[in-house]
Amino acid sequence: MPTLDQVPIGCKGIISSIRGEDATVQRLMEMGIIEGEPFELVASAPMGDPLEIKVQGYRLSIRKSEAARVFVQVS
Amino acid sequence: MNEITAPLKSFRIALLGNPNTGKTTLFNVLTGLNHRVGNYPGVTVEIKKGRFVHQSNAIEILDIPGTYSLAPRSPDELLSVELVLGLNPLEKVPDALLVIADASNLERNLYLATQAFETGLPVILALSMVDLANASGVKIDFKALSEKLGIPVIAIHASKRKGLDELKNAIVLLQTEKRMPPVPVFSQDVISNRAKILGLLGDKGSLFLAGRLLFETDGFLAQQLEQKLSLSLTPAILESREALKSLGINLVSIEAKSRYAWIREMVQPCISKPEGRVTGFTDRVDRILTHKVFGMFFFFLIMFSMFTALFVLAQPLMEWIGEGKSLVGQGLESILPDGMLRSLLVDGLLEGVGGVVVFLPQIVILFGFLSVLEDCGYMARAAFLMDRVMAKCGLSGKSFIPLLSSVACAVPGVLATRVIEDKRDRLATILVAPLMSCSARLPVYVLFIGAFLTEGYGWWFPGLVLFLMYGIGFVTAPLAAMLFKSTILKGKGAPFLMELPVYKTPSFSVVFARIYEASLSFLKRAGTLIAATMVLIWAVLYFPYISSTGENYPERIAATENKAEQDALLLEWKKNSYLGRTGRLIEPVVKPLGWDWRIGVATLASFPAREVVVGTLSIVFGLGKDAEDEQQLLEILQKARWNDDPDQPLLFNVPSALSLMVFFALCCQCGSTLMVIRQETGTWFWPAFTFIYMTGLAYIAALLTFQVGLLFL
Repeated sequence: MPTLDQVPIGCKGIISSIRGEDATVQRLMEMGIIEGEPFELVASAPMGDPLEIKVQGYRLSIRKSEAARVFVQVS
Repeated sequence: MNEITAPLKSFRIALLGNPNTGKTTLFNVLTGLNHRVGNYPGVTVEIKKGRFVHQSNAIEILDIPGTYSLAPRSPDELLSVELVLGLNPLEKVPDALLVIADASNLERNLYLATQAFETGLPVILALSMVDLANASGVKIDFKALSEKLGIPVIAIHASKRKGLDELKNAIVLLQTEKRMPPVPVFSQDVISNRAKILGLLGDKGSLFLAGRLLFETDGFLAQQLEQKLSLSLTPAILESREALKSLGINLVSIEAKSRYAWIREMVQPCISKPEGRVTGFTDRVDRILTHKVFGMFFFFLIMFSMFTALFVLAQPLMEWIGEGKSLVGQGLESILPDGMLRSLLVDGLLEGVGGVVVFLPQIVILFGFLSVLEDCGYMARAAFLMDRVMAKCGLSGKSFIPLLSSVACAVPGVLATRVIEDKRDRLATILVAPLMSCSARLPVYVLFIGAFLTEGYGWWFPGLVLFLMYGIGFVTAPLAAMLFKSTILKGKGAPFLMELPVYKTPSFSVVFARIYEASLSFLKRAGTLIAATMVLIWAVLYFPYISSTGENYPERIAATENKAEQDALLLEWKKNSYLGRTGRLIEPVVKPLGWDWRIGVATLASFPAREVVVGTLSIVFGLGKDAEDEQQLLEILQKARWNDDPDQPLLFNVPSALSLMVFFALCCQCGSTLMVIRQETGTWFWPAFTFIYMTGLAYIAALLTFQVGLLFL
């Protein structure tokens, strides 16, 4: 299963799981990155990092290092 | 600011909301300028308190800093939670909570509201940005939502003053009719374990606090509460966590999952969203503004226009202030007899204070730009664009905003580093923030660019040089951060998550409030620390006024009519003064930078606050007595010769003017910044470190600038 940093820009899908058990994971979830939520990878910053995703109807900037912990299902 | 005189019994509400919801606008519109900043020892986060009267009911509002969640991970976030729950000994528990949520992004905004619902306090929900929601096809049935939640739900547009009366009515009504919010649903096992912890908390407890302790992974809150309430919580918490784990419940995700699921259940019947993908205004704008090429081009264009505007728009205003100052000076001179008092008032105090006030236009313009960029949503894009670069030097895009704020002043810049969660990132940002060119450096840039890099160059040239001077900070600060992060502050980086808010028209009241506050604090500093410094400098330049051979300089100057003789006496007097002696003593040190003793003196005198340098230059270049405006100082500097000897070459050329500007760009000549660093780091080590490394860096860079510049002459 691919992670959020591996899918192409413009890609849509569903978040399937997040790896890890630390405070970072809780932060990601508070911001709405939760299993079963639809997402869209909107853009990336000039040097490819961070990524801009749409989740819960808003835009969130997330670095590739954190995106690599988010497993997604591409639709 | 007026002291707020609270009547015996006023209704107290705490205002909560996510960042970018218009919370500040609502607070300002409700309280007018009738607010003050609360002081809480140990934390220095700005928490404003304000009040208003509605239908003869006094309402007090506590403005809690914007946050996505009431899960504290730092002392500042803990203060917010304490204030909301009434755990802080300095504040009584609020009577109710007012939660403001962005209607165009309701689900995520309600996450914080679900936490507020568990505090045991009545809650009012205010929805902002309803027009933005409607524009993107989202329709919300407020009445249905209010019925579903059982609490008042009110649509507001604070800057257009819509919905405010309704909101105030609802607040007033709460005093008599408490409508409690619903409690978000968790699974039965979570509820029973939460109840166990709640039992331990006694009268300080709430469902929210008990749940927080249960879900928290790092133990920060438990530790803090055990200390503050002298309770033993950890064994019970660990036991409950183990019990839940053995039931197969994932404690990391259960809270967020349950809350979002509950929110969806509440909201879904009350909201209709368009099917499929809608390309909104923000999407179209972002396609350009975060574009790899156009986005970066636009970013630099904005930065360049900001500094050109500073230079062009502020100029006439500064001239008016300069004229006003000389009018006051002439007035004082005509009513006061010649002597020490007149010299103190006109040459010391008026020069000092006036020379600071004159830069107020630039501060207003700069803060105008920064707050417009912040309020329209562009600041977050700038952080998004710059994150990769900042990451290269070990920081995050979040460091970008504190560093950019330091362009106005390092004091708020250092305070703004509190948004950075990672301690090492934060410390590195604090250490390099004073390298950013603050508004107090502008006087030096403006004066020297005006004197030596304007005439004979194109109209665009001064703006470009000014841009490059600011560029020194923009380049050096990240490099220094990279150095610190790879040596003394080595460690793992923090997660970088940042909302990119929807673009909107900036609100006039927000922009105005920020300009007003920035100007006021600058003037307060100008009126106290800087004026005191100016008087001190005047004194060390005035005394001793009798030479070793017994000549009384002021009397001899007053006795002669010959201008040349007066100037010669004045220079001799100043060379002989305490500051002049020190300056000549350090001349061998500053000579390689292309400076004579007078520049050395002015630089030395500006270590407590660099704002004073222009005033000091006026004094050491003999303008203290009859300075008319900046223009006069500028001309004197252009004509100045080494040691005031007409046979010597001109004191300033392009390399020495640049070397002075570079020195001021990099040196830490600001007592206030050092004090704030002390306050934020809790030790004298870091301010001392900052002072030493910056002064050393400034000297070396100025030396290189002058010596390399000479090769091109």
